[in-house]
Amino acid sequence: MNKLLKLLLESENLSTLQMAEILGLEQAEVESELEKLKAEKVLLGWRPVLHPNVDAGNHVRALIEVKISPEREGGFDRMGERISRFDEVETCYLMSGGYDLLCVVKGANLHDVAAFVSEKLATIEGVLSTVTHFLLRAYKEQGYYLGGERGDPDKPAISP
Amino acid sequence: MNEDTSRFVARHVQGLPCSGIREFFSIVSKMPDAISLGIGEPDFHTPWRIREAAIFALERGKTSYTDNLGLIQLRRAISDYVEEHFGLGYHPENEILVTTGVSEGLDAALRAFINPGDKALYHEPCYVAYHPCIQLSHGLGVPVATSAEDQFSLNPETLAKAWQPGCKALLLNFPTNPTGGVLEADSMASVARFAEEKDLLIISDEIYAELSYGQKHRSIAALPGMKERVLFLHGVSKAFAMTGFRIGFACGPAPLIEAMTSVHQYGMLCAPIVSQEAALEALRHGQEAVESMRQQYLRRRDYIVRRFNEIGLPCHLPKGTFYAFPDIRSTGLSEEQFCHRLLKEQKVAVVPGTAFGPSGKGFVRASFATGYDLLIEAVSRIEQFLQNLG
Ligand SMILES: Cc1ncc(COP(=O)(O)O)c(C=O)c1O
Repeated sequence: MNKLLKLLLESENLSTLQMAEILGLEQAEVESELEKLKAEKVLLGWRPVLHPNVDAGNHVRALIEVKISPEREGGFDRMGERISRFDEVETCYLMSGGYDLLCVVKGANLHDVAAFVSEKLATIEGVLSTVTHFLLRAYKEQGYYLGGERGDPDKPAISP
Repeated sequence: MNEDTSRFVARHVQGLPCSGIREFFSIVSKMPDAISLGIGEPDFHTPWRIREAAIFALERGKTSYTDNLGLIQLRRAISDYVEEHFGLGYHPENEILVTTGVSEGLDAALRAFINPGDKALYHEPCYVAYHPCIQLSHGLGVPVATSAEDQFSLNPETLAKAWQPGCKALLLNFPTNPTGGVLEADSMASVARFAEEKDLLIISDEIYAELSYGQKHRSIAALPGMKERVLFLHGVSKAFAMTGFRIGFACGPAPLIEAMTSVHQYGMLCAPIVSQEAALEALRHGQEAVESMRQQYLRRRDYIVRRFNEIGLPCHLPKGTFYAFPDIRSTGLSEEQFCHRLLKEQKVAVVPGTAFGPSGKGFVRASFATGYDLLIEAVSRIEQFLQNLG
């Protein structure tokens, strides 16, 4: 793996200047490397990972299992891409197993999500059925453990 | 009434030096906003699956003593691990002893093998416990200086010159705390020949073996004919980020392990069972985590060593451990002055090289078992400190 990518993955919050310092590159080199990674769609973007409870009063999330009928040409792709187009759909995967697509859908409230599913999603030709699961609470978000684990106050500041 | 209770303290204990590290620690601990590069342990938490194995052990009611030698499953895992990683074959039944950290292994070894007045060679600067442990076993320590010119490896000629009649043992620690020095193949072969010639027992503390950055680590025990005179000490503290678990192990010829077990059974009884269970998980399934930590230390090492050289503190590239050992002589300050002033003026703690023996003079130890953001900040403060010195 690219060494800049490795660094990005193991430590966050570094400025491009700090990345350049660590890797022994010029800041401009780091910036153009990042541009390149983005252009190649290796790096999709830079969004903060929020605690799911932040602003939880103003949105809900649901996982939606979608069964679709594959098409003669293109299999599941056309449907997957089409469903992914909706802003309400945050994430969309083709799955093995009991259903075909797994969508993470975000809405202002239960009502909103239900309306999206019944009016938009389920009515698309080729969608056979949907099952909606609402998320209640998060314990881990994109690799971030949400139970506390702070630095250890008992660890000595100097040790042999 | 006689108030001087110190009369109860044994003479050879009174004679032990107060560790330079402990002295410095008491100052740093009063400065909560200081950045410490003085920590001799990983900044990573123990990988979760290892911690989970400890929890599971408690759930299963693993709360008893174990065999003095340690759990047989753990000794088997150690046997497989040292075979796979170092090409060393030790029998789990009688050639492996599980200890409470390498610390206890070292202590038990010296107490088992050193007669009062026997001499033990050790290369220096070195881990702070070596000389005191030799003294505690009523032996005499014979230091062998290593130097930056040799990348702090052991120079076989210096070793030969330091040798004196009465030397029975040679303590080795490669990769070395505090210098990151390693013993290259040709020097290792010379040291091995020398040990044979003088009939020395080698006590080899290889606790940083996995944290090697150049060639794969090689143990001196693996050289032809050496297994019979080498006690191999290793443990899970550093590579697996398990310092608090206190698990080490000693591998060697059965009669030596038996002698150490005599000391260990009366002094320690056995290593804690929950920690032994965790170590078992570490040795069986911890490799991926070790490699990922090693990669991160490697990148941090490259960064900090490059920066030290850029800001005017010449620093050799440590080939192992998580310590950089820059030369601070160009500042005109002694290492003690350097550390105290750096702490006072820029709130960065590094450890004076002389805490690890007289030949650490002119050097300081900076641990890179610290996240990038703190490393970058610490180095820029050191740079500022140097600029203020003018
Ligand atoms: C060279 C060396 N040996 C032994 C130890 C102690 O290790 P353990 O935690 O296994 O007792 C250390 C710890 O700093 C060390 O640096």
